[in-house]
Amino acid sequence: MAHDTHDYHIDIPGTTVFDGKMAMKGYALNKMCYGFNKAENREAFKADPEGWMEKYGLNDEQKQAIRNSDILGMIAAGGNIYYLAKLAGIFQLSVQDVGGLQTGRTTEEFQEFLKSQA
Amino acid sequence: MAKVLGGITTSHIPAVGNAIQKELYDDPYWKPFFDGYPKVHAWIKEHKPDYVVNIYNDHGLGFFLDQMPTFAIGAAQEYRNEDEGWGLPSLDPFPGAPELSWHIIESMVADEFDITSCQELAVDHGFVVPMQLFWPGAPNNPDMPRAVPISANTVQHPIPTLKRALDFGKALGKALRSFPEDAKIVILGTGGLSHQLDGERAGFINKEFDQYCLENIVSNPEELTKISRMELVEKAGAQGTEFLMWMMMRGALGDDVTEITRNYHIPISNTAAGTLLLECAA
Repeated sequence: MAHDTHDYHIDIPGTTVFDGKMAMKGYALNKMCYGFNKAENREAFKADPEGWMEKYGLNDEQKQAIRNSDILGMIAAGGNIYYLAKLAGIFQLSVQDVGGLQTGRTTEEFQEFLKSQA
Repeated sequence: MAKVLGGITTSHIPAVGNAIQKELYDDPYWKPFFDGYPKVHAWIKEHKPDYVVNIYNDHGLGFFLDQMPTFAIGAAQEYRNEDEGWGLPSLDPFPGAPELSWHIIESMVADEFDITSCQELAVDHGFVVPMQLFWPGAPNNPDMPRAVPISANTVQHPIPTLKRALDFGKALGKALRSFPEDAKIVILGTGGLSHQLDGERAGFINKEFDQYCLENIVSNPEELTKISRMELVEKAGAQGTEFLMWMMMRGALGDDVTEITRNYHIPISNTAAGTLLLECAA
């Protein structure tokens, strides 16, 4: 099963390999989301999303993706799913909700898709 | 000298913590998952380990991208569970074992593994959920062993290779067996199996690949070192790379192991959940 030539870049459809390039691109966005571990930062974001995004220096692409609840857009702008999950928590979205949003399915359709792979 | 009793693997899905809190053990969705644990409970009750080495991957609580250790070992008196952003109630701190931590760190660095030592480390669901699964009520379980957390980076590529993970485990096993105390140690490898949370491929699960990994990790883990990291992303899903924790655990057990129990169920949350208990030869 060895595919040594795959390291370290390979095209996997529908998958972003979060490497150094993406980590640099998404640093501000991910840093803001990491801050959401703390309740006071979540409250501050809810009170003033634009001001909070500005404070962390998000670029226009990142801000627009958040305004549109566009998760694929956030990932393209360098967001890492582990940090974005904390943003999703603010909007009370489960990982199945997030899965549905990314794949054009309702949450129920996404859950059925998961089960279908058993 | 200390003795390594065996290793236990489990998925560490955040939703499990919620299900435990609500005691959904007999709920039709959860039952096939929780049915994988009674044999583990019985084994733990019989052997009563003194220490637990918990190999997990942090998901953005203990570490951020500003400083991202490839291999981090906790060396604290206790490990706090903190809010991961979802406002869930945090568990009480888990008692640490700094004397064992520093013994492992000394031994691993002498064996040329470059370790990040952590005298403070907040632990997330990756560490906590397996503890709750194996020691109900954790950390407030009378049999709760003192813990050493080991976190490997799977947040940001480059992640360790499968060979490095297995080799890390071998060096860890050597370290544990040279700990000058008549103590019993169990090793956890948490995370996995196949799942992907992000992208257009979100929801990807790969039963065939998981079964291949489950078969080989018991009797032929070296075979799995042939899998490249990108192949692991492709076949196990972007977050299925957590299988590295299983490889680290397995390396520490040595060649001669007996499979005590195994469970595999699709899906729990977005994940193919796997549980495995391997006992080391006496």
